Parts: sequence; structure tokens; C-alpha cells
Amino acid sequence: MVKKLRYTNALAVLLTVAGLSAPALAGSEDVVVENAWSRASIGVNRPGAAYMTVRNTGEDAVTLTGLATPLAMMPEIHESKTNSVGVSSMAPAGEITIEPGQSVALEPGGLHAMLMKLQEPMTEGENFPLTLTFSDGGKVTVEVPILGIAARGPEG
Amino acid sequence: MQRRQLLLYGAAGAGVLGLTLFVGWWRVDGPGAPEPKGQRPLPLSAMEFRLTDHEENEVGPGNLIGRPTMVFFGFTYCPDVCPTTLSDISGWLEELGDEASEMNVVFITVDPERDTVEAMAEYVGYFHPAIRGWTGPEDQISRAVEAFRASYERVPTEGGDYTMNHTASVFLFDAKGELVTMIDYHEPREFAVPKIRRALTEDVEGAT
Repeated sequence: MVKKLRYTNALAVLLTVAGLSAPALAGSEDVVVENAWSRASIGVNRPGAAYMTVRNTGEDAVTLTGLATPLAMMPEIHESKTNSVGVSSMAPAGEITIEPGQSVALEPGGLHAMLMKLQEPMTEGENFPLTLTFSDGGKVTVEVPILGIAARGPEG
Repeated sequence: MQRRQLLLYGAAGAGVLGLTLFVGWWRVDGPGAPEPKGQRPLPLSAMEFRLTDHEENEVGPGNLIGRPTMVFFGFTYCPDVCPTTLSDISGWLEELGDEASEMNVVFITVDPERDTVEAMAEYVGYFHPAIRGWTGPEDQISRAVEAFRASYERVPTEGGDYTMNHTASVFLFDAKGELVTMIDYHEPREFAVPKIRRALTEDVEGAT
């Protein structure tokens, strides 16, 4: 609980800094990223995945256009889908627009931040920064904790 | 007069439209929908394929008969769906406790090119100890997938890599090797454990 609070505070500071540095932005300064987590990787050859909830607390729609992180050369939002006969597939999700007051969940089996071309292994217990870029030029950076490979959600 | 005719046509039109929609629904999604072609897996006793488990044992469907069995397909380079399935299954097995030790739990890779025996051994080591990882030559993997009436497909991705589309359902067999049921990928957790219990008890109840 304390850990979570501290984390939320850190996030608030980060978001404030992001907001201050770009006061002319319309929309993305009102984006809040919550419950970010990821799974540890085995080595660097397999892609990693990160999950979070992206909430638009503002009054304008925002469009998430891309990701950046020093951890991976090719981070992209992908979406897993399972069709009517149970076959799962995965493809880039493209841009994601979040209406005012709405949120988008990146969660297992759906949207996720796919981390391709890892620069180093994702080690359980560590964190990495992930920057979300929006169409208004705004950026929101979140620290993503790395949980175990078998983690099922932000609580582990 | 004209207005009445118009109404009549309108009503008839609406009726035809309604009927068309109903017939369409009946045939596509409703009770009249064709059974998806060959969707039910063969009994384990009718399957034929030879693979290697993550401890380098030669294995095949025959090894599974005699105990209830859970089988699913995936690949270790899968960042989202597969670790989710493996951790879900690990959770179900934990919930089942001792009962889980009476089951075969098998993860068959659809990507034998990258999923060597060593890769499978390392990967399954992170999940519940009951989970066995099977791999082998492409033609044997293909025979296994076919026997389960599952499917897989290699899909190139940007940057020269590839990913695999594959059936993400979990197959449950009783101790005689007959299919009991399947757990779909998006099925709520609370349905899964009772389904597994059914597979565990089916051989007793089903004995006539």
C-alpha cells in the first residue's frame, strides 16, 4: 500500500514535470498512466510486453501515437485478438484515441506495449522508463516495474 | 388509397427484411450455424505423433492415456497470450492443489525452429512444475496440431522477425483420452477450474 502510494506520488511528479515543460499542449497533459507493469524476459531475443491503464482526465480527446524506451529499439502498441475458432493473432494497433474522461486498458490478451529488439534483459525487480507520445506533441513518461515471468497483473 | 398501399408495402418490406435478418442469423450465428469444420479433436488414442519433452524424453499421445490431460499450444517467443495462458494455468493448478498432480499438463510449441528442447526447458521452468513442454520436428508438430483440429500460421513481422498465430484454447481430456471440454482463451477464470475438475472425475462418472 505504502509502495503504491509512493509510486503514485512519483508518477504525479513526473506528470507535473511533463505538464510544466510543455504548457501549450492541448490534451496530453491531462493523461494519467496507472498500474503499469511488465513481465521479466528470458534474455533479449524474445520480445517483452508492458501493460497499463491510460486515462484521459481532460476535456479534449487525445491520441496516443507512439512509444519510446531505452530498453527496446522497437516499442510498439500491439493488439492480440482471439477469433471465433480460438485462434490468437497479434498485430500493431496503430494510433489510439482516448475520448475525454475515458481510459484505455493495455492488459494481457488485448492491447499491450510490445517491446521488440530488447537492448538488455528485463530483470524481475527492476524498472524501466516508457514514454508515451501523443499527437499534440506531448509526452508522458512512466516507470514500469518488471515483475516475474508468470505475473498475472500489476500486483504480481 | 395510395397511403394505405404505401403502408402495406412498407410493412411487407419490413417483414421481408426481418425475415432475411432472422434467416441470416439462424444460418450464421444461430442454431442453424454449420458446425465449424472438424473442430472437435480426435481422442488421444487416435492421435499419432512423436515429440520430445523438455527433459529430452521421447513422448507422444500414448504417454497421456491413463491420467486426465490438459494440452495447449503456444510458443516461447510470444510476449502476451502465451505467458498469460501459462500463468493462468499455473494459477488453476495451484487452486487444484494435490489434484493437479494427477494430471498431465502439456504445452506443445508451434514454433519448433526457435523452441528447442533447451528453450522449452528454460521457459516452462518459470511456471507450475506440472507443466511439460513438448517440441520436435516440424512435421510432427503439424501432425499434432492437425489431430487436435487446431491451427497455426507463421506471420512475418517488421524487422525480419516472425510471430505465430495459433489456437489458444486449452484442451481437456479424461483418463481414457476422450475430449471432455475446452477452455477458451477469454473464458472467465471461475469457469476454468470446475471444467478441469470435470476432466479429473469424468473417467469415474463416465464409466458405464
